[in-house]
Amino acid sequence: MTETMSKSAALSREAEDLATRPKIVGASVKRTEDPRLLTGNGAFVDDRKAPGVLHVAFRRSDHPHALIKSIDCDAARKADGVVAVFTADDMSDVNAVFATSRMKNYHATPITALATAKVRYVGEPVVGVIARSRYLAEDALELIDIAYEPLAVVIDPEQAAAPSAALLHDDAGTNVLCSREFRTGDADAAIASAAVRVSGRFRFHRKTPTAMENRTYLAEYEPGRDELTLFTSSQVPGIIRDALSDALDMPGSRLRVVAPDVGGGFGGKASLYPEEIFVAFAARRLGRAVKWTSDRMEDLAATSQAFDEIIDAELALDASGHAVALRAEVIGDVGAYSIYPWTAVLEPVQVVSFLPGPYKIANYLGRVRGVATSKPPTGPYRGVGRPTSTFVTERLMDMAAQRLGMDPVALRLRNMIQPDEFPHRIGSGIIWDQCAFTECLNAACETVDYRGLRARQAAARAAGRWFGIGVACYAELTGIGSRISVAPGMPINTGTETAKIAIDSTGAVTAAFGVTAMGQGLETTLAQVVAEHLGSRVKDIRVIQGDSAAVPNATGSYASRSAVLAGGAATLAAKEVKEKIIRAASHLLETAPEDLVVADGKVTVVGTDRALTFRQLARAVYLEMGRIPADKREELTSTKTYDPVFGTSATAAHLAVVEIDPETYQIKLERFVVAEDCGRLINPMIVDGQVHGGVAQGIGAALYEEVVYNDEGQNVTASLVDYIIPTATEVPPIDVVHIEAESVTTLNGFRGMGEGGTIGAPAAVANAVADAVAPLGIDILELPISPERLFRLIDNRKIHEDSSHGHET
Amino acid sequence: MIEPVTIRITINGDDYERPVEPRMLLSDFLRNDLGLTGTHVGCEHGVCGACTVLVNGDSVRSCLLLAVQLDGAKVETVEGLGATHALHPVQKAFHDCHALQCGFCTPGMLMTTIDLLRKSPLADDEDIREGLSGNLCRCTGYQNIVRAVRQAADELNALKTDEAVS
Repeated sequence: MTETMSKSAALSREAEDLATRPKIVGASVKRTEDPRLLTGNGAFVDDRKAPGVLHVAFRRSDHPHALIKSIDCDAARKADGVVAVFTADDMSDVNAVFATSRMKNYHATPITALATAKVRYVGEPVVGVIARSRYLAEDALELIDIAYEPLAVVIDPEQAAAPSAALLHDDAGTNVLCSREFRTGDADAAIASAAVRVSGRFRFHRKTPTAMENRTYLAEYEPGRDELTLFTSSQVPGIIRDALSDALDMPGSRLRVVAPDVGGGFGGKASLYPEEIFVAFAARRLGRAVKWTSDRMEDLAATSQAFDEIIDAELALDASGHAVALRAEVIGDVGAYSIYPWTAVLEPVQVVSFLPGPYKIANYLGRVRGVATSKPPTGPYRGVGRPTSTFVTERLMDMAAQRLGMDPVALRLRNMIQPDEFPHRIGSGIIWDQCAFTECLNAACETVDYRGLRARQAAARAAGRWFGIGVACYAELTGIGSRISVAPGMPINTGTETAKIAIDSTGAVTAAFGVTAMGQGLETTLAQVVAEHLGSRVKDIRVIQGDSAAVPNATGSYASRSAVLAGGAATLAAKEVKEKIIRAASHLLETAPEDLVVADGKVTVVGTDRALTFRQLARAVYLEMGRIPADKREELTSTKTYDPVFGTSATAAHLAVVEIDPETYQIKLERFVVAEDCGRLINPMIVDGQVHGGVAQGIGAALYEEVVYNDEGQNVTASLVDYIIPTATEVPPIDVVHIEAESVTTLNGFRGMGEGGTIGAPAAVANAVADAVAPLGIDILELPISPERLFRLIDNRKIHEDSSHGHET
Repeated sequence: MIEPVTIRITINGDDYERPVEPRMLLSDFLRNDLGLTGTHVGCEHGVCGACTVLVNGDSVRSCLLLAVQLDGAKVETVEGLGATHALHPVQKAFHDCHALQCGFCTPGMLMTTIDLLRKSPLADDEDIREGLSGNLCRCTGYQNIVRAVRQAADELNALKTDEAVS
């Protein structure tokens, strides 16, 4: 009787406690990372002091495609302060790395630190100089003499795909490194008989991630143990560790890869780089610490780039505005190499995978080819494929609405998968779990008073102003588990993450993960998850991340996965440690486990002031022998791996309002709204920040950012003067609305959300600009839409009109 | 090699006398010779603003200056603001408003903000955006940085008003 009462009392007390105590998950906890970063005490790779460190500078190819006939390094070797000069010939004992894939019609390409026999893009590393200082290393670069035999330039992806084109990789036998087709129903037939058809040749130009910290690598070597530690500004230290283990024939126990504070990534630091292999090799060869700090020009010329697709797409609808078919032919310019580990497949195939978007379209045909050209490889960039697919599909939706004389929001709501229609399989085979498509779109419209805004637009148009409203809706796969791969056919596992939580003999909590923060505040959010499930305080938890030695297997942070996967693993491990705490405390306090509550770093007997702090408990478990019998003593640790199996999805609707100056063609964003569903929020402040930053990058992609290669294969935008990213005056205030429909397929209901801002914004801005200039009879099919491109479009239209008028008279 | 030149320079109130190679950038001098790695280098061509420091009270790009030019100068860097346990009001405002993510541009943003707050009334947010437009941030979309600068400006204005009243 007493026991029952006490049990129910404890339960109600705990329920009350949970209800009244401010929840840790869901609170806008200020970041624990901030104090060090605000005071100049951050530890970015280049900040690290290594005794006797040597500095690397690379002589890079100035040819887009050429045979290396000879390299003369004699003068450079003799230069002041130079310790060593290496070419590919010096690195024959380093294994090439291949990004393999199970996908059919795919060709991997060898990745080496330095170009071997041939260069394939301007900026490819050919020779590495190692000197006492970076200044001296760079001085010596000029003394190297390389004789090239130029080969045919391979720049245009359509020409490169032709059978007659010069080949970048003879072993592949083609420049088409991958091709794929998705087919559901009979799109050709459905399009042929449809009442309404809209189509276009869309182009999303090449861009680059441009993290504020350039890539930097520092390898420290202990000759006595043959132990190497690579400090790298990477999002994926686990992947780099495994790849270097293969390249250098070193076991993981003697090879540690650490990503300390990382100054932004956005996908550009999520791949293996030649310079990483080189720095590790050189440190081991020389028995010294070796560092390479990229400059911005190298970053713009040799960090993985993004997008660069040509999409011929057609959408067919019936007379009432129901979409019946979508057909697309995509060419992706993947650059000179198939990037490790993601492969050349990643970006272009995702475009075709996601084109049907949030809509019910019974017939789909999507074909894609990834074509090699003489440019740096494309790789993962925030959103991967989906910024392009969303741009195309959402533009087609607006074009269809215009043709049908329907409101674009109404057309979308008519075609969206409705809340009671999930799960839904789209034409490419992706299955959407419960997604908040209509909820997000309605919420975005409500936030701006959509009808009122349209009325404002009508008045502005009547006054001759170019005022436009654009919406874009999408879903992305997030928190992907082991049953599907982040990149199709990729042989490495991206579907699990591990957390290792330990309470040590001082009572302190350490939580170690294989994921890596590059600005998204994982030290805070993962501590929130641990605190919630362990009963600790956020400030008492030390989070270790970005270290390949922290857990046996990990990859890193990419693909909006860390909250879902590391958060899930943290939950499992924290719960197990909490159970151990309760068992130990139950013994120590001679109280039934049901009567104990763990919160704020202590265990309390409900209804009493009897309590043990974690410190007292840990001392009893580890130090004060005899308090707990040996057979009951458990180490207060847990290591758990979480696999969401399939993963989940995140959804948003973006709405942009623009006004264009008819004199200068300057496009001014007046307002931007995002209604998003990333499931249960861990830290709303951080989620808002991720959305703001993602949208700013999406605005950059829509209006400013373009890597331009000329016909000779030279990058003509290799400085931040020419490659323009948005500043504070270009990004408008951004409203964020959270739908918070918890995922039913992941632990805690998290959905993941790091990328979405960049997926929706380009399409929303493109639609807003198109809407603003719709009265002039032009469409926006190409991004970024610079004032110059807009001017040419309008000017061409005027010329066309003038000439047709000429015919009439 | 060109002979080093000895300079005397005051950084965050500390006096230094150091030989420097004439081609040594101020940013490299601060980071490599003095170990003041709080000043970050983002582009080395004067666009991104990550390396912003104050020289004789004005914000400058330390990647565009040679250390040898600064003989006798007074330099302020992020290390001269508050400490981790005692943040400067501008640092605190950045912390409160989540005005930093990766933290790489942050020291430059802070130093630019200090300069703005000393010289400009920052009457509206457009002034703040204009004032920050020489500093690139890739993570935050600037919105929370603008909020933080607004918070710091309002606090400082309130302080000034208090002083005027008292």
